[in-house]
Amino acid sequence: MIGSFLQDALIYLATAAIFVPIARKLGLGSILGYLLGGILIGPFFLGFVGEEGKDIMQFAEFGVVMMLFLAGLELEPATVWRLRKFILGAGAVQMAGTTLACFALFLVLGFGWQASVAFGLAASMSSSAIIMQVFREKGLSKTLASRSALAVSLFQDISVIPILALLPLMAAAAAVRPPDAPATLIDGLPGWAQTLLLLVVANAIVFAGRFVFVPFLRFIARVRLRELFTAAALLIVTGMAYLMIRIGFSPALGAFLAGVVLAGSEFRHQLESDIEPFKGVLLGLFFIAVGASINFSLIVANPLLVMGLVVGILVIKAVVTGATGRLFGLSFDQNVLFTVVLSQIGEFAFVLFAFIGQLRLLPEGTIDILMGVTATSMIFPPILILAAERLLLPYFGTRESVAPREPDAIESGPSGVIIAGFGHFGSTIGRFLRANGVAATILDNDSDRVDVLRKMGFTVFYGDATRLDILKSAGADEAKMLIAAIDSPEINRDLIERVRKEFPNLEIMVRARSREDAYELLDAGMENIYREALDTSIRLGVDVLIKLGFRKYSAVRAGQNFLKYDEAALRTLAAQRHDQEAYIYTTREQIELQEQLLAVDRDKLPNIHDHAWDQKREE
Amino acid sequence: MKKVLILFAHPRFENSLTNRALVAEVEAIAGVTLHDLYEAYPDFNVDVEREQALLAEHDVLVWHFPLYMYSAPALLKQWIDAVLEYGWAHGSQGNALSGKTALVALTAGGSRDVYTPAGHNRHSLGEFLTPFEQTALLCKMRYLPPFAVHGTYLLTEDERSEYVAAYRRLLGLLTRDDQNFHGAEAYDYLNDWLDAGQDGV
Repeated sequence: MIGSFLQDALIYLATAAIFVPIARKLGLGSILGYLLGGILIGPFFLGFVGEEGKDIMQFAEFGVVMMLFLAGLELEPATVWRLRKFILGAGAVQMAGTTLACFALFLVLGFGWQASVAFGLAASMSSSAIIMQVFREKGLSKTLASRSALAVSLFQDISVIPILALLPLMAAAAAVRPPDAPATLIDGLPGWAQTLLLLVVANAIVFAGRFVFVPFLRFIARVRLRELFTAAALLIVTGMAYLMIRIGFSPALGAFLAGVVLAGSEFRHQLESDIEPFKGVLLGLFFIAVGASINFSLIVANPLLVMGLVVGILVIKAVVTGATGRLFGLSFDQNVLFTVVLSQIGEFAFVLFAFIGQLRLLPEGTIDILMGVTATSMIFPPILILAAERLLLPYFGTRESVAPREPDAIESGPSGVIIAGFGHFGSTIGRFLRANGVAATILDNDSDRVDVLRKMGFTVFYGDATRLDILKSAGADEAKMLIAAIDSPEINRDLIERVRKEFPNLEIMVRARSREDAYELLDAGMENIYREALDTSIRLGVDVLIKLGFRKYSAVRAGQNFLKYDEAALRTLAAQRHDQEAYIYTTREQIELQEQLLAVDRDKLPNIHDHAWDQKREE
Repeated sequence: MKKVLILFAHPRFENSLTNRALVAEVEAIAGVTLHDLYEAYPDFNVDVEREQALLAEHDVLVWHFPLYMYSAPALLKQWIDAVLEYGWAHGSQGNALSGKTALVALTAGGSRDVYTPAGHNRHSLGEFLTPFEQTALLCKMRYLPPFAVHGTYLLTEDERSEYVAAYRRLLGLLTRDDQNFHGAEAYDYLNDWLDAGQDGV
C-alpha cells in the first residue's frame, strides 16, 4: 500500500519538478507546466498514470478546496469595498455577457438549455492564477488593467459558490455518487429544499466563524506553536469540507465561506501563509491530474471541433471582455491587456465541468472534450500577450516610441539620462532632475502613465525596458546614464544585465528594494546602488532623536554618520556572505542577517560625538 | 620634496572666474594636492579620520578660499573645528602638525587699499586673518603671510594671468626642500615677498 503511494507521489512530484521549471523558462507559466506534465504522464502518452488518475483527482480536488478557502480569505471586506465598482460592475457585465454568449453558442450547437446554461457558466470562468502571474512577470501588477482583471476574476470566484449551488437544481438526474460514499442529508430532498438548506448552512458558517473559529484560533495561537496553528488551519478547512460533503453540498463552498468569515479576522495573514504551501502543492497535483485525465483520443479524433471551440470561446470572451473594458473606461492599451488575460477559461472550469459531469448535465464525452478545450485555452494568454505587445499595440495603441523630433534651433541637447520605470521611485528622480533643467528620457510600460507624462511634455518611450529595440530607440547608445528604477527587482536585474552586455559605456544607477536586493546587485558588480528605504528610515530615526530632545544638528550628524557606516557595512557583509556555503535566501537567514547587523552595530557603531567639540579632555 | 595640501573651500566654484583660473592645473605641479572641500563634503559631514590621514601625508597646508564677510566660507571653519582636535593637533600630546607650515591663499572683491586703517574696512587683511594665524601657531605650525588676489571684480585678463602665474610660482616654491621663506614674516602679503625677489631663486 505504502509502496504504491510512494510510487504515485514520486511520479507526480517528479512531474512537477521537471515540467514547471521548463514551462516557466519558456514563459508559459506554472499552471501550463503542471497541465503539460500531466498530459505527458497520462495514459495517452507515457502511461505512467492510468485509470488511477481518477483517484488522485479526488485527493487533488482538496487542493481546489484550499484554493477556495484562500480565495475567501482574500475577500477582505476593505478590498472588496474599494474595488466594488469593478467587481460588481465590470465583473457582473463581463460574466453575464460571456455566459450568455457561450449559452447561445451551445444552443446553436444543439444542446438542451440546462446543458447550455451549465456550459456557459463554466466557460465564463477565467484563471486568476494566470492573470496574476502574467501581470507580475510583466511588471504590470499596478496598472489599471491588472487591477480590473483581478476584480473581474474575483467576481467570478465569488460566483462559483452560487453556481455550485444552482447546478444541482437543473440536473435532470440526481448526482451519481460512488457506491461507498456515505449517505448525505439532502438525499431525496426536492430542489427548493436543498437551496433553502444551503442558505441555512451558509448562515450557520458565518455565525460559526465569528463565535467558534476565531475564539478557537485565539486559543491555539496562545500556545505559540507554529505547527499547531498550521494544523488548526488545516483542521478548519478539512472540517468544513467534510461537513459539507456529509450534508451533500460542495466542500469548496464550505471552505470558501470559512475563508470569507476569517478574512476580517486578525489571523488572515497567518492563515494565508500557513495554507499557501499545501494549496500550492495540492493545486499542482490537481492540474497534473487534470492533464492526465484529459482524454486525448477524443481530441485527436475531433481536432477541428476542439480547435474550433477553443478559438470560438476565446473570440466570444475577448469580444465581451473588450466591450466591458470599454464600457468601464479602460484606455485602448489597458483594455487589450485586460481582454487578453481574461479570455482564457480558468481553473474553476475544471471544477465546474467535473461537477457538471457528475450531475450528468453533459455527456461524459463532451466533458472530456471541454476539459481539453479549457486546458488548451490556458496556453493562449502568454502567447496572445506577446502578440499584442509586438504586433497590435505598436500600431494602434500608445506608440512605443515617439517620432524623433527635428532638432530645434535652440536645441538644448539630450541630457543623456534615461530613467527606466517611472513609479514612485523613478518619478521623484525625474521630477527632481526636471526641476534642475535635466530632461531625462523615460521608459515605462504603464500606458496610462505614459499618456499623462507625454501630455506633461516628458520624452517617454512606452514598453518593456528590458527590450533591446526599445532601449535603442530611447537612445541608450549615446546616453551617459541609465537609472534602473523598475519596481520589480527581478526585472530591474534583467535590465541591468542586458544593458551591461549591450551598452557597456552606459553608467548604471540602480534602485535596490532591500538590503538583500543590494547584495545581489553588488554580486553582479554594480557600483551605484541606492536602497530605497535606507535614507528615509534614517531620516525618520533622526526626527525621533530630535523629538526625544537631541539637538537637531547632533541628530542630523548622527544620521549622516549612520548612513555612511551602513553603506560601508553593506559592502563588508556582502563579501562575507559568500563564506557561508550554499546561500539560499530564506526568512531565517534574513533574521540571521539582522542579528549579524545588530552585532556589528554594537561593536562599531559610529560615535555621534565629535571629539573636537566635546568638553571631555584627557588631562 | 615637500608635499603641499590645498584645502580649497568655495561654495560657488563654478561661478568664480578667478578661483577657477587659480586652481586649474595646480595638481600638475609635482607635490601639490588640491582638496576641494565643498565637492568632498557637500553635506558638511567632514570625515575627521580621512582628513587627519591626509594632513599626515603633507608638509604644507594652504587654506584657499574667497573671503566672505572677513572670514572663510562655513565649510572651512567646520573643517578646522572638526579636524584640528585637541590631543591630536594641539595640547600637550597634540603634535601631529608640529613643524609643518600653514598659510592662507584668498581672493577678495575689495581692493588692497580698503584693507587699511584709513580704508573702508578699517583693518588690514592680516588682522582679519588673526584666527588662522593663531590656529596655526596653536598647532605648532609655522604661519606665513597671506597670498591674496584683491579686487577680483575689476581684474583684467592680464592681471588675472599674473596672479595665476604668481600662485603657481608660490606653490612650486612651497614644495622645495631648500626653500625656507626666509624673512617672509616681515611682509604683509606673500605676494610682496615674491615681488621683492626674496626667494633667492
